[in-house]
Amino acid sequence: MMMKERDLLLEEPQTEEAEEPLHEVRVATTPVYYPPEFRWTNDQERCARCKRCIHQCGWKALRWEGRVVADDSKCVGCHRCEAFCPERCITILPNPQAFKEHGLWSVGHRRNLWKQAETGGVLLAGMGNDLPYQVLWDHLVLDACQVTNPSIDPAREPMELRTHLGRKPEAVEVRQNGDGFELVTALEPGIELSTPIVFAAMSYGSISLPAQKSIAMAACELGTLWNTGEGGLHDEVRPFANRAIVQCASGRFGVDVDYLNSGAGVEIKIGQGAKPGIGGHLPGEKVSQDVSETRMIPVGSDALSPAPQHDIYSIEDLRQLIFAIKEATNYEKPVSVKIAAVHNVAAIASGMVRAGADILYLDGFRGGTGAAPTTIRDHFGIPIEIAIAVVDQRLRDEGIRNQASIIAAGGIRSSADVAKAITLGADAVAIGTAALMALGCTLCQKCYTGRCSWGITTQDPQLTRRLDPNVGAQRLVNLVKAWSEELEEMLGALGVNSIESLRGSRERLRGIQLDRTTLEVLGVKPAGVGA
Amino acid sequence: METFRQTRRSHTRYDRGARNISGCGLAGMMSLSGERTDGRLIREAIGLLHDRSNGLGGGFAGYGIYPEWPDHFALHMMYYSLEAQEDAEKALRHNCEVAREEKIPTRPIPTIVDPPLLWRYFVRPKGDLLVERQAPSEDDFILDLVMTINRSVEGAYVFSSGKNMGTFKGVGFAEDIGEFYRVEEYQAHIWVAHGRFPTNTPGWWAGAHPFTLLDWSVVHNGEISSYGINKRYLEQFGYCCSMRTDTEVMAYLLDLLVRRHKLPVPIACRVLAAPFWRDIQQMEEPERRLHKTLRQVYAGALVNGPFAIVFAHKEGMVGLNDRIKLRPLVAARKDDLLLLASEEAAIRTMCPNPDVVWAPRGGEPVIGTLGSMEVEGEPKRRLEEASA
Repeated sequence: MMMKERDLLLEEPQTEEAEEPLHEVRVATTPVYYPPEFRWTNDQERCARCKRCIHQCGWKALRWEGRVVADDSKCVGCHRCEAFCPERCITILPNPQAFKEHGLWSVGHRRNLWKQAETGGVLLAGMGNDLPYQVLWDHLVLDACQVTNPSIDPAREPMELRTHLGRKPEAVEVRQNGDGFELVTALEPGIELSTPIVFAAMSYGSISLPAQKSIAMAACELGTLWNTGEGGLHDEVRPFANRAIVQCASGRFGVDVDYLNSGAGVEIKIGQGAKPGIGGHLPGEKVSQDVSETRMIPVGSDALSPAPQHDIYSIEDLRQLIFAIKEATNYEKPVSVKIAAVHNVAAIASGMVRAGADILYLDGFRGGTGAAPTTIRDHFGIPIEIAIAVVDQRLRDEGIRNQASIIAAGGIRSSADVAKAITLGADAVAIGTAALMALGCTLCQKCYTGRCSWGITTQDPQLTRRLDPNVGAQRLVNLVKAWSEELEEMLGALGVNSIESLRGSRERLRGIQLDRTTLEVLGVKPAGVGA
Repeated sequence: METFRQTRRSHTRYDRGARNISGCGLAGMMSLSGERTDGRLIREAIGLLHDRSNGLGGGFAGYGIYPEWPDHFALHMMYYSLEAQEDAEKALRHNCEVAREEKIPTRPIPTIVDPPLLWRYFVRPKGDLLVERQAPSEDDFILDLVMTINRSVEGAYVFSSGKNMGTFKGVGFAEDIGEFYRVEEYQAHIWVAHGRFPTNTPGWWAGAHPFTLLDWSVVHNGEISSYGINKRYLEQFGYCCSMRTDTEVMAYLLDLLVRRHKLPVPIACRVLAAPFWRDIQQMEEPERRLHKTLRQVYAGALVNGPFAIVFAHKEGMVGLNDRIKLRPLVAARKDDLLLLASEEAAIRTMCPNPDVVWAPRGGEPVIGTLGSMEVEGEPKRRLEEASA
């Protein structure tokens, strides 16, 4: 039997009308059978035959033949059907079909190789790098107060998470003025956050409008930031633009002077943690009337974001664009520059600050994406933990740390990760994958197909209407509030009552099971070494 | 030489880059009119706070003790070996004109054991070097020298470097240290004293308080929970925290804020113990903007965690608590005297009948300025009573 895999390059998004792929793939002469990833089962005795699962599946993996029948090869394991089964009778299992084990040739490697032998295509993937690299967050532990200094009870004492992003002077000038004091120094424009957690850049196009609106509403309610990504600003989210970072990426989609002036700040996107060094591609089929208006491109045309920005081939070019944007926004908006964390990130970051960036957005190699070539996603870039540590230290060594804030992103899973990122030296963190999970995402990693059954990474109105922005926003607010409260708990345990007393305070971190070089790079002592 | 080898061994055993954590007792007295008194009262006061220390560190700082050397930096040095003394003196003579050098007078007492070699030098920077290195001021030149010696001359420490002031400190109970250094022989218009309760390894003379830099001296009760970031913040400005005591960052922060950034002392206090955002929100403009700006720019200088400090400089004495007052500090006034201590009992040792005694609120400094009878932070009530 020849199985049709869904993970093929250039596969068109499925619509209700077209059940089969629109174009045939090149088929190798020798068919290779490989079994599906999941096995879909339901308990026939408990099944109420309501067919809800069939309707919920965006992948058309289920059909009705007097009972629900599954085509396992189409199941991506997103659990949408299971979540909506009133009888709770669906179980999705990893396919137990066994291959002979091999220490070198994992089943994943074999599967990918077969796909490519069949199609001759580039492998695509969604979300972030899923290979089992060491997660440094899990090798860092925080300090707590005992005896010599008291911990602080956050339920009784004020705890401060307020954070300010942007360029700051090295010193403040204050003059004595009669009995009082007069401030002489004026700050450059910055952004105030109620909590050091912002939402990562996700464009309308890569995610659905209800998903983006959920995030935008949540950012406004929380007093933090959302980010347009490279997709322009749709009218429906424009009311929330005062809490948006508007992005200017290599395709310049949706960019005009009004757009640049409508947000809290502007971001120049150089790179992304999930796909350092490459651009993006929104297929023309996804460019609906709505998307076309928002991106300012013709309906049905491919939206190609080039790999580099074609007016930035050097650091001095970046400076020109930064100041072009500052001119266009009358020096009233801070300018952020987003890069993927790569080997030379510290030197690059230093150059960015000297080029005029007010905020550095560092995206680690675990960062998510709507679509990226698997090989780039899984093998490029460095962990965000390392990037924060080396950039913060480099800027301090050069005495320019005050000139830019650092937003760290790429694999922040919990408030503990947030606390550790800030302790390493970040001013704030950005969450993308975590935010989508709050909206229902189960990490099936099939965003690039445009068939998301949860209505998040799709433009199919049948699917996007599943997401109610009011509900979505509430869930995001809940998440960030919960994390913020946990941050306050952690500050209390650490005996400080303000987030700035933790920021960059690596003395409060210890490493476990880390080699000496990694500890040195992180600027963290091993567990067991005292103050 | 045997003594030296032993000293050095004990020195290196505890000298592994560990930071001393400590609880403490502190006391300060100042004559606002500049009248000088000898060190007996302050020694008695800190002796009363005996139980707040554990014999592993004590010290005094006096202002106005070297009136015959008003323009010379008085460098007090500790040497753990003759080689250290040789190296440090080489550095001193290379950089400074040394007007006088002598052993710091001490009195051998049984409770003070194994002291390092204690010397003092009255110096001024060499004029040509000042120009050559483009030092912004003599202070900066001396600061740089102090940092260099403390960091790079093994076994040598500058523990006092101001003009017409000096620090006397070491390992032992404060009252014994006072006797050892013969503080009753010095006359000062400001005295501060400290008895220390370190919770980790002893044997570190330079780690005792007061901690000083140029004419700043700080005595500190508390553990700075934000030490990690305060240290990294200071490193950006060339300060090197080599004394392994978190009090050091207090002294450097004050130097940075007041001497280098020229912030008025009350504003510097608001940086160290910043008002909460919710209080800033309640302020009127332009005060609100001032405090918002200070917090944003000086986030790395916010000192978090429990502390009560008394710091002195040539123009006055200041008492300050952390913003939620996690350590005791009591203040009192009597005529031209301003008194500060961990406990009221110590104040009454120095002055049995003060006019007013009060407990300063968290984050609200008590500031005494030489030549002014008004003390910032003193309760208004007293003034009204006085006028009535």
